[in-house]
Amino acid sequence: MAHNLADQMVEQFRIRNFCIIAHIDHGKSTLADRLLEQTGAISARDMREQVLDSMDLERERGITIKAQAVRLHHRGGDGRDYVINLIDTPGHVDFSYEVSRSLAACEGALLLADAAQGVQAQTLANAYLAINAGLEVIPALNKIDLPAADPERVTQELVGILGGSTSEVLALSAKTGEGVPALLDEVVRLVPPPAGDPEAPLRALVFDSYYDPYRGVVCYVRVVDGSLLAGDQIRFMATSESHTADEVGVLTPKAVPMQELGPGEVGYLITGVKEIGRIKVGDTVTHARRPAVQALPGYAEPKPMVFSGLFPTDGDDFERLREALEKLTLNDASLQYEPETSKALGFGFRLGFLGLLHMEIVRERLEREYGLDLVATAPSVAFRVHLTSGELREIRSPQDLPEPDYRTSIDEPYVKAMIITPAEYIGGVMELIQSRRGLEGSMHYLSPERVELTYQVPLSEVVFDFFDVLKSRTKGYASLDYEPSGYRPSDLVKVDVLLNSVPVDAFSSIVHRDKAAAYGKLMTERLRELIPRQLFDIPIQAAIGGRIIARETVKARRKDVLAKCYGGDITRKRKLLERQKEGKKRMKMVGSVEVPQEAFVAALRVDAD
Amino acid sequence: MPRSESTPTDWPDSPELADRAGGWTAAYVHIPFCSRLCPYCDFAVVTGREGDLDRYLFALGAEIDSEPAWKPLDSVYFGGGTPSLIDPTQLARVLEKLDRQFGLAADVEISLEANPEDWSPAKAVALREAGFTRVSFGAQSFEQRTLISLGRRHRPEQGEEAVASARAAGFRSVNLDLIYGSAGEDLARWTSSVERALGLGLDHLSCYGLTVEPGTALHRRVAAGAPAPDPDIQADQWETANALATDAGLVRYEVSNWARPGHTVRYNLAVWAQADFLGFGLSAHRFRGGIRSHNYRHFDTYLEAATAGVPVAGYEEVSGWDRELERLFLGLRRAAGVISGAGGAALGASPEGARLEEAGVIAFDQDRLRVRRPLLTDAASRAVLALPPP
Ligand SMILES: Nc1nc2c(ncn2[C@@H]2O[C@H](COP(=O)(O)OP(=O)(O)OP(=O)(O)O)[C@@H](O)[C@H]2O)c(=O)[nH]1
Ligand code: SF4
Ligand SMILES: [Mg+2]
Repeated sequence: MAHNLADQMVEQFRIRNFCIIAHIDHGKSTLADRLLEQTGAISARDMREQVLDSMDLERERGITIKAQAVRLHHRGGDGRDYVINLIDTPGHVDFSYEVSRSLAACEGALLLADAAQGVQAQTLANAYLAINAGLEVIPALNKIDLPAADPERVTQELVGILGGSTSEVLALSAKTGEGVPALLDEVVRLVPPPAGDPEAPLRALVFDSYYDPYRGVVCYVRVVDGSLLAGDQIRFMATSESHTADEVGVLTPKAVPMQELGPGEVGYLITGVKEIGRIKVGDTVTHARRPAVQALPGYAEPKPMVFSGLFPTDGDDFERLREALEKLTLNDASLQYEPETSKALGFGFRLGFLGLLHMEIVRERLEREYGLDLVATAPSVAFRVHLTSGELREIRSPQDLPEPDYRTSIDEPYVKAMIITPAEYIGGVMELIQSRRGLEGSMHYLSPERVELTYQVPLSEVVFDFFDVLKSRTKGYASLDYEPSGYRPSDLVKVDVLLNSVPVDAFSSIVHRDKAAAYGKLMTERLRELIPRQLFDIPIQAAIGGRIIARETVKARRKDVLAKCYGGDITRKRKLLERQKEGKKRMKMVGSVEVPQEAFVAALRVDAD
Repeated sequence: MPRSESTPTDWPDSPELADRAGGWTAAYVHIPFCSRLCPYCDFAVVTGREGDLDRYLFALGAEIDSEPAWKPLDSVYFGGGTPSLIDPTQLARVLEKLDRQFGLAADVEISLEANPEDWSPAKAVALREAGFTRVSFGAQSFEQRTLISLGRRHRPEQGEEAVASARAAGFRSVNLDLIYGSAGEDLARWTSSVERALGLGLDHLSCYGLTVEPGTALHRRVAAGAPAPDPDIQADQWETANALATDAGLVRYEVSNWARPGHTVRYNLAVWAQADFLGFGLSAHRFRGGIRSHNYRHFDTYLEAATAGVPVAGYEEVSGWDRELERLFLGLRRAAGVISGAGGAALGASPEGARLEEAGVIAFDQDRLRVRRPLLTDAASRAVLALPPP
């Protein structure tokens, strides 16, 4: 390791706090690698690609899920030593709240754009977040080494968003390292140093937290005013909980304890709290004896956008699922869950997710890290139902929709969807948005070739397969970002699916009336493919209330027998049948019908059309 | 239809016969040689190894000699491969060895599998002289197109001629094997094939649904996109065969087997009744004293091992609850069904058993359990094999 400024706090004028923001895959984590190498934060031996992506899932999927802070030491062009706190953020829309949190701990943001792909939806969305948070935004091209790079065009696009002159746009390659050596000097030059009041009462923002099985909850903090010392009696202003600061320190990226974190510094705080729920990300830490009057602004909790039921295949695993969820939420405060009962699937939980990727990740972790075998039900958004009683009720599962007699209307969540597409595909994209009930469209040319479209679209139309379809209609060139924009009334109906005349709650869905017939047809056709033939005919129906809108039949199985079983075959044939029986364990009995678990997922998958 | 009352005890589907078979002594002899490998075949066969015939017969003899003595055999079954490829005098020598080692019962049934392609009236006579009483021809079809698609080289007439010469030579029982469900074979073609077979006045008919077994050429073909047998067409074909055979006076006594009274195959009945049986030759299986064991399947390994007196490649003990479930699994293939026993009681009490009963797949009738819809036998077998011990 280069040098350790040891236990003393750093004066603010020698601190720079910045985060790297960009569209997904534009190279944030790879650039962070280069900076870690350059500053000696990580030895060549410990270096690996996207070293800050430390979770298994991040490494497997090659994406960042959780923001990571790291403290770097840099000798500036002026010969002075600087402490630079860098936060690498995720690019995927599901995790944009991580970006918001990171921004609140920084004075500057490095906005990367892939020099070949150009400005994409999350480039724009994250740029706006940074500007609105009052940060100095440094625009930079990345991947200028790519043969398809078009630096001039992308520079123009960045200038179009941020203003300024084209000469201010940096040109980098995180892969070859081109442009990187000068980058930190630019950060020192352009990002303002923190300007906290060292004499004021302590105010430190909790911008993230995670659970360590040995240490309990570890908070990431950004000290704004005053100083935080190890051993201080502290108070969390929002929760009013008081604790001792057992340990404070910085991440290099290893945790290194310090005596003190001064104003402007970024580091960690351990208080001995074991339950992550007791610490609120966005809270302000102050001193118990000399508390601050006003808390820092903090930020809104991420709101789950998508809900889905998770049920253990084996009913006996319910308690294990509960324990696994408790553990998982220790490190993922954005995950919400509550018990749910399904007639078809038994006892399970209704989970709230930030998006489909988040849902996929959670499910994968539960199955992999906790060895659970799970059935997931159709993802759904949360609706608001106006009851005849005047009450407004939020429902997160189609099963909870009150009968028509008890409700007057239903509101559904909308998002402001932003799409960036090459101009040649505008027609197809607009057609798609229209078919998804998009409203109030607007259009803006980023450059003669590329267009930004903004629409109000029901979340339910965007969150599932929209992106896949968008990609396929634009040969992969369009990108999408969206943010919640409130609720609007809609003509919605609940479509039930009946197997052998028994409604299967897990397949029910709330859809727009105009799409109910298509949905019913799709579901019944899919289920006919997915449900294996059984001993009797199985009618599959889709219905709105008592009215059948689609119908299919799984014909009874007629032949299920080995042609031969003679003396030489017995062991082999017996094993074969036993194996087939094992396979059947992945079936759920729904009434008298055996439904493969995959059917629950596959039937509800919304493919690109 | 309380047929059991009017049924003689050797009626093919009679429970008495089915259960009596549990006391029979049977031996299986495997002759692995074939002139060509059929595309659907996953039996233990070799081609182009006729040069090793003597070594093989020697190994077989060594195996027979070292098998502990037993009761005289009620039944000997030469399967393959293609036993009819071998010179009848050589088969006779194997029979002599069996006779010396175990004895042959006075009414012993000695059966062999034969290919119409290498059959001749002279061979029929020689085999009769060697002691064979039953022959089973792998005719497979009487439709040229189907024969081609099955990779068989004989013409339909050869099947007919083979049956005629076997009859003339005085075989007590003559059987034909047919295969249904090959590519392009529709119900009409199958029907005419079955009618032509039954027109020969058979004692026994076996109809097997074509199965795509892993490791076969057929499997590779299907994996590459060729059509797999359609289970619905196969169901129609089986039902047609069942109706035609019944009209011709044959009685179905197992999923794939029909016989005239007095012409059921003893060796198979013994196996399905979970009787002990002996097995000799490449990959042969046996069941003696609660131990099921099998020989090496690789030809050269078998030759070496059997000559050295250690042909057995593996064994398992079948006892307790496993044995009870296996008894059901085997017995349920028979039209006569099986004595319910503890396993049947467990099945009846299980939810899966109730579903099968409700769907008319199985039925409990006094002390017996039967499969009522033979084409769904495996649904019952799976349920049986999954039953936990009481
Ligand atoms: N050619 C080239 N490839 C690069 C460069 N920078 C990153 N990449 C590649 O781009 C891909 C994505 O890089 P990451 O660093 O994981 O991107 P990210 O922005 O952190 O992605 P998310 O965290 O998922 O949003 C990887 O395959 C990198 O190797 C570059 O400068 N040139
Ligand atoms: S003749 Fe019979 S044993 Fe020989 S290859 Fe053909 S199917 Fe297999
Ligand atoms: Mg990343």
